[in-house]
Amino acid sequence: MSAASAAAPPAAVHKDSSVLRQIGGVMRLELKKTFLSRRGWWIYFLALGPLGITLLHWLVESRIGRNGNRHSIGEDSIIFAGIFMFYYLRAGIFFGCMGIFSNLFRAEMLEKTLHYYFLTPLRREWLVAGKYLAGLVMAVVLFGASVALSFLTIGGHFGPNWTDYLLHGPGLTQLGGYVLVTALACVGYGAVFLMSGLFFKNPMIPAAVVWVWENLNPFLPSLLKKISVIFYLKSLCPVEVPIPPPFNVMVVDAEPTPFWVAVPGLLALSLILLMYSAASARTTEISYGE
Amino acid sequence: MSDHIVFDDVSRFYGEVLGINNVSLSIPPGITSLVGPNGSGKTTLMNLLCGLIRPTQGSISVLGITPDHPEKLCRLVGYCAQFDAFPKAITGYQFLYSFLLMFGFAPAECDRRTRESLSVVGLLDAAARPVAAYSKGMRQRVKLAQAIAHDPKVIILDEPLNGLDPLARAEAIALFRQWGDKGCHVIVSSHILHEVDRISDQVILLSQGYVVAEGQIHSVRSEVKEQPMQILVRCDRPALLASRLFAQDHVVEAKIATDGKGLLLRTRDADSFYLLLNRVILDSGLEVESVAPADDDVNSVYQYLIGAEGAAQ
Repeated sequence: MSAASAAAPPAAVHKDSSVLRQIGGVMRLELKKTFLSRRGWWIYFLALGPLGITLLHWLVESRIGRNGNRHSIGEDSIIFAGIFMFYYLRAGIFFGCMGIFSNLFRAEMLEKTLHYYFLTPLRREWLVAGKYLAGLVMAVVLFGASVALSFLTIGGHFGPNWTDYLLHGPGLTQLGGYVLVTALACVGYGAVFLMSGLFFKNPMIPAAVVWVWENLNPFLPSLLKKISVIFYLKSLCPVEVPIPPPFNVMVVDAEPTPFWVAVPGLLALSLILLMYSAASARTTEISYGE
Repeated sequence: MSDHIVFDDVSRFYGEVLGINNVSLSIPPGITSLVGPNGSGKTTLMNLLCGLIRPTQGSISVLGITPDHPEKLCRLVGYCAQFDAFPKAITGYQFLYSFLLMFGFAPAECDRRTRESLSVVGLLDAAARPVAAYSKGMRQRVKLAQAIAHDPKVIILDEPLNGLDPLARAEAIALFRQWGDKGCHVIVSSHILHEVDRISDQVILLSQGYVVAEGQIHSVRSEVKEQPMQILVRCDRPALLASRLFAQDHVVEAKIATDGKGLLLRTRDADSFYLLLNRVILDSGLEVESVAPADDDVNSVYQYLIGAEGAAQ
């Protein structure tokens, strides 16, 4: 250690700190730790799994297609809507967000590194915001890209017809709708799981409860349906998925929520959860269980 | 702005477990050592000081700022905690730089401070290596660099000498001394009592959540009346001095050194002893080479007040 280089007296307290710079610092560190980390391999698997299936579909159908296509673009569009509704929203994005957001604070506590953040002059509210935004960037990039690529590849075997569907038909609008719903799902589930990571030692338990609730949604009475994230997301999906028998008789129909209610409603709900998490973080103490 | 760290009747309980109880302290600038066995409340005191935990009762003020305002407090305080844990997949440079960004410094300023702090602890050459690949001593040093990178006025160091080799330890102690001399508060907890003794301006002895003693070590020692003071006198005729001492009721023990050139005695009244010594010198021409307290150190005070556990470490 060089004693001589420490000879300068302690500098005056830094006054012109920028909140944006501080939040940027949090995001930078979080993204560095989270992106391409080995710990999160299963999240990449969740995100990229459907892309593998649609690519396979493209390859197989391209071969079969030489002997004549056995289904239409409209059918592939409904199949993708099914994948999006039953895989992405109910499993992939849900569990991916659980893995990303509930670890933002919980993993720091388990790894005994949260005190480094708490020892900076950063308001805890901004720390929550920085971590949430970093998680959101990661979730939206991963799942948004996966959804977009899966959509683009599922009809690839139709060749010019698929390009025409995308550029001159409803394809791009549908793609935009799916990416928007993906982003909103990440916003909503992200806020839920960030909060559960702050409040619960084992976020799996609240995640399981929320998951069961979200998946029971089609069978719930119309009033209860509205107390869920999936209900609003479903209203925003560009293609409706027909429920096959015998489940269709158990499904309770509810009036779909208009776009101008669903989007602000979901954002407002997420904001409330985040504000509650921020208020809680303000009084959180460092207790690593020692 | 006050230049003291003040604990006013502070208690902290973890459920039903006592952390610290009814602690009132006023810590001036300089090096203050927290000494006590495991579980005595040293880390609790440090965590309270930098706002990582809150008191169950009482109030804390660090240079006039309460830990309820971490936005202000954390600019003043640097804490090198005991946890040997770091964010994943990060180099030494990134570790310091990332947290300096959270202080709101501009990127160029973060870069300058990062390099300067790493240079202070001798890690500039290893800056680009992952912290996970550092040795224990290097990890200890990078934590120290992170604690001082924003130039805090209060530096809190929980067992900072752990894992350091003797050279690095000496250099670290020299740094603590420099900071203390500049008017910073340097609060150190350590089990290495002879090193605590060398560096401390004052000590706080803790046991089972209570402050047993505080102040300069000499004052603390003189307050321990029930333990006779040990004094070593190097002189040419220790037997003569011993014979005169045995007539005094405040002297409880006297041992002549094996080389025949010294006398180790234990007395309940050091002032009376020094008067007597002056008389013996005048009466018999005793030649005295040195007179020094033999138990006026942290190790002895620790043994007297807390017990033998850990005192010889």
